[in-house]
Amino acid sequence: MTDIQYLAPRTLDEAVKAFAAAAGAGRILAGGTDLLVQMRNGTVRPGVIVDIKKIAEVTSIEEIAGGGFRIGAAVSGAALREHPKLRKIWPGVVEAANLIGSTQIQGRATAGGNLCNGSPAGDSVPALVAAGAVVIIQGPKGRREVAVEKVPAGPGRLNLTAGEIVVGFTLPPRPKGSSDAYLRMIPRTEMDIAVVGCGVSLTLDNGTCTAARVGLGAVAPTVLLVEEAARALIGSKLDAAALEKAAVACSAACRPIDDKRGTIAYRTKVAGVLLKRTAAIAAERAGRK
Amino acid sequence: MSTETANDNKWIGKNTIRPDGADKVTGRAAYAADTTMPGMIWGKILRSPHPHARIRSIDTRKAEAYPGVKAVVTAKDIVNFPLDKSVMLGIQDMRWMCRNVMAREKALFAGHPVAAVAATTEKIAAEACKLIEVDYEVLPFVIDVEEAMKPDAPILHDFIQFDGKPSNIAGKLEHKLGDIEAGFAKADVVIERTFRTKPVHQGYIEPHACLVSVSDGKATIWSSSQGQFMVRAMCAYLTGTPQNDIRAIPAEIGGGFGGKTIVYLEPVALLLAKKSGRPVKMIMTRGEVFHASGPTSGSFSKVKIGATKDGKVVAAQGTYCLQAGALPGSPIRGAAGCSFAPYDIPNVLSVGYDVVSNRSKVAAYRAPGAPIGAYAVECVMDELAEALKIDPLQFRLKNAAKQGTKAAHGPVYPRIGFVETIESALKHPHYKTPVPKPKNGLLHGRGVASGFWFNAGGESSAQVNIAEDGTVVVITGHPDIGGSRASTANITAEILGIDYKKVSVLIGDTSVIGFSNLTGGSRVTYASAMVVTQSTEQVITQLRERAAKIWKIDPDAVVWENGEARPAGDNAGKFEPLTLAQIAAQASATGGPIGAGKQLNTVGAEGGFATHVCDVEVDPGLGIVRVLRYTSFQDVGRAIHPGYVEGQMQGGVAQGIGWALSEEYIYDKSGKLDNPSFLDYRMPVSSDLPMLDSVIIEVPNPKHPQGVRGVGEVPLVPPMAAVANAIYNALGRRLYSLPMSPPKVLAAMDQAAE
Ligand SMILES: Cc1cc2nc3c(=O)[nH]c(=O)nc-3n(C[C@H](O)[C@H](O)[C@H](O)COP(=O)(O)OP(=O)(O)OC[C@H]3O[C@@H](n4cnc5c(N)ncnc54)[C@H](O)[C@@H]3O)c2cc1C
Repeated sequence: MTDIQYLAPRTLDEAVKAFAAAAGAGRILAGGTDLLVQMRNGTVRPGVIVDIKKIAEVTSIEEIAGGGFRIGAAVSGAALREHPKLRKIWPGVVEAANLIGSTQIQGRATAGGNLCNGSPAGDSVPALVAAGAVVIIQGPKGRREVAVEKVPAGPGRLNLTAGEIVVGFTLPPRPKGSSDAYLRMIPRTEMDIAVVGCGVSLTLDNGTCTAARVGLGAVAPTVLLVEEAARALIGSKLDAAALEKAAVACSAACRPIDDKRGTIAYRTKVAGVLLKRTAAIAAERAGRK
Repeated sequence: MSTETANDNKWIGKNTIRPDGADKVTGRAAYAADTTMPGMIWGKILRSPHPHARIRSIDTRKAEAYPGVKAVVTAKDIVNFPLDKSVMLGIQDMRWMCRNVMAREKALFAGHPVAAVAATTEKIAAEACKLIEVDYEVLPFVIDVEEAMKPDAPILHDFIQFDGKPSNIAGKLEHKLGDIEAGFAKADVVIERTFRTKPVHQGYIEPHACLVSVSDGKATIWSSSQGQFMVRAMCAYLTGTPQNDIRAIPAEIGGGFGGKTIVYLEPVALLLAKKSGRPVKMIMTRGEVFHASGPTSGSFSKVKIGATKDGKVVAAQGTYCLQAGALPGSPIRGAAGCSFAPYDIPNVLSVGYDVVSNRSKVAAYRAPGAPIGAYAVECVMDELAEALKIDPLQFRLKNAAKQGTKAAHGPVYPRIGFVETIESALKHPHYKTPVPKPKNGLLHGRGVASGFWFNAGGESSAQVNIAEDGTVVVITGHPDIGGSRASTANITAEILGIDYKKVSVLIGDTSVIGFSNLTGGSRVTYASAMVVTQSTEQVITQLRERAAKIWKIDPDAVVWENGEARPAGDNAGKFEPLTLAQIAAQASATGGPIGAGKQLNTVGAEGGFATHVCDVEVDPGLGIVRVLRYTSFQDVGRAIHPGYVEGQMQGGVAQGIGWALSEEYIYDKSGKLDNPSFLDYRMPVSSDLPMLDSVIIEVPNPKHPQGVRGVGEVPLVPPMAAVANAIYNALGRRLYSLPMSPPKVLAAMDQAAE
């Protein structure tokens, strides 16, 4: 039996050092709701586990003037929900993170883990993509920032280099009349994996959409930013024709697979249906009469 | 829950406190995996990665030499039952069982055991399994039942012939009544449809597990099963051990639903224990449960029913092709026998085909086969009612089987309660409430369906002993999976006229109680009530004799009333009544310990019927179907413990809704099960279901002392059709295959729109 080394550093520098030193054998541990499951079923066998939950920056939520936030990568879903201001300004991001698992899972699961697990079906990721979140990454060569949609490289694969750790996410300042929403399709009512997930963030000025971003999950090897759909919404009053156009753009962006969770035809169609429903919720939250 | 009859019983019909409840909710109940022994080692099974492969050779030398390994077992160690001679144990043929617990000539499904290792730790056992070299000749495979019946399908077994040719059709069963052609000639409306269902798993939460110790040639087995006597007999056959040298101890069971009526691990663990000289424990993972224990059949059915303009069904024909999995034995009897059984139809032809394919061997699942047949028949009945413009319940009522109806599967019915289930549904507020109009883009629909299950009697043994303080211990011989201990306590207390808390009911192991057949077929409360009643009556006779002795009068002059012996009348003499405790205290002086046992092969279990009403809401954008309201109406004969009866009714419906909407075995291109976990094998979670309402109807079975009919299986028979018919009512579009998952619902709607 191989031994596993468990480390719980208090600083990012130590964590990066230890993670880099472990090379391929190292694994970051956030909530562990993916990692422990994978270890138990034998798909992952780390030699070194680096727990990042003792590092202050990674486990805290900070406000930025103008409605922006910096969310630590290892903040649990439950902690996100309990932040009243975050919940008010970014309800879509919070509801997406809160859809992960059950009450028990919520006490542990993190947005950082959701992103770094690399599943195209991760619930918080399309909402973060729609939100325009920027990922803060620290590695042996220092810090860098990158748009969240640039991080996933494919199922289970990330555009991170050896020793790099996700520190957190920056949510940009929010103009008045902005909000967001996330919806997913799952066959059951809970404890399931998104067959399609859709995040929409938008800004309304007098009923006209002045800014929008759309994220789609589980319809391609990575979560997608669907710019074509956003373009269809921007400048419109979110009328039926604009929503239809955005829905068509979402369906067109899909590159899904047929698998045990859904068919190509189904996922493609549902991506459009969810876009319309999600946009309607976001618009309502943004103050549309 | 509501019950339609009142009674003045003290305990029968009352929701007494469950004897197993506290242990289960506090985690103290000892399931099979909870037993350990000093010196215990762990067994693991090496399984075939191929769905179909000839086993050329198995080299276990490296595994045997691996440090920590204590024993290795292959098919060579299991008793071989030659293919040309059937040896039956209940419904299982030992030819197939010996090949199911360990692949012999061929691996027949991905997950088929090919060898087993016992080692000091689970991990070492698993590592050693990987060192076993199996030389496979990989063969083409077939899983789907329709594919397996095609003339060019890969053949699983050379010894199976159909119509004189090698075939995957291992058996055929036919029920005939009247003249089917003449019947259809009389019909004004004839509807014929084709239906498909997927294999679904029983989904018990407790995986198979056992601990086996062999000492001085005598084996003790602790395991979770639906029959310790079945475990004993199977292990005796498969390991060549006399039955008296095996003691099978039943653990508390964490669900079975039919799937634990056969063995997987016990004989293997026994052989490993024998070889190693150490107690061997084995526990399946959830993945192993899905891959290698028996789900029920997938199916392909054709049903044709004809009726006259006035709504009388005159002819019905059904063909049910059921997937047996690797070895013969699919439940064609349930499909072909039960599907038309609720109706009085003069001309019937009902045929079942047992089809083998490269999937784990089928195991019983609640009313085996009956839900598959009823799904097809009840959907066609719905279409007929619509074509004839008759309310679907009224249509069923008009054709309902009654006392005197001759059923195609054989019997002329005695007093049965089918009509009562329909009448009760018709007048229930659920059926009277209008179906909601479309709202917020969601569509609503209502469906109904009925169902039948044979129920069963069979062998049961009981022993009723009076303890020295006048309390009572009852031992029966079948695992309690649906409340039989509570029901037995109610019956014993009722007959003795004492508080039910004075009665403890235990499940005896194979060495302390007489042979008792499986917990299955909805038989246990029926059969054990009979032997317990007769045992208790014998005890009462003894109690009267003891009182007579104390009073020095004739036993006939003593009556037993309200838990006391009393003089029969003034002529008998004037004596203060003697309580059970008082008589027990004097037992030694009056003749010795008081107690009696009875062993019977019980008969007279009459069929059970149910009618279900289901309301659904369909999201037409996503194809999601949610059940919003569900009421089941079932004739149970007599509900000895209504809470448990309600639990059975609700549980069956929950499983049926899963079967209807979301559960299915999905195979990948290589023939391996692709969803062997509860994440992707979608059983409903509690938030998926509404409160499942149940109406208990009691039309007592005249052949039973308390009027019991079986309860546990009928509830799974109607749900799939009830849900399907409700979806049709909502969408105006019929789906003919299960599960009616969102992609299928959406595809059906798109087709409709075109
Ligand atoms: C019962 C159950 C239900 C679930 N339901 C859902 C659901 O509905 N929706 C959903 O999307 N997911 C679901 N999941 C999956 C899982 O909970 C989520 O993906 C969760 O967000 C993972 O977060 P975590 O903190 O637990 O990650 P961990 O398990 O700690 O980590 C996941 C992966 O990311 C890596 N990692 C974690 N943090 C970092 C970091 N900061 N930098 C670099 N690498 C990192 C880890 O090494 C690991 O490989 C479910 C899981 C379970 C067990």
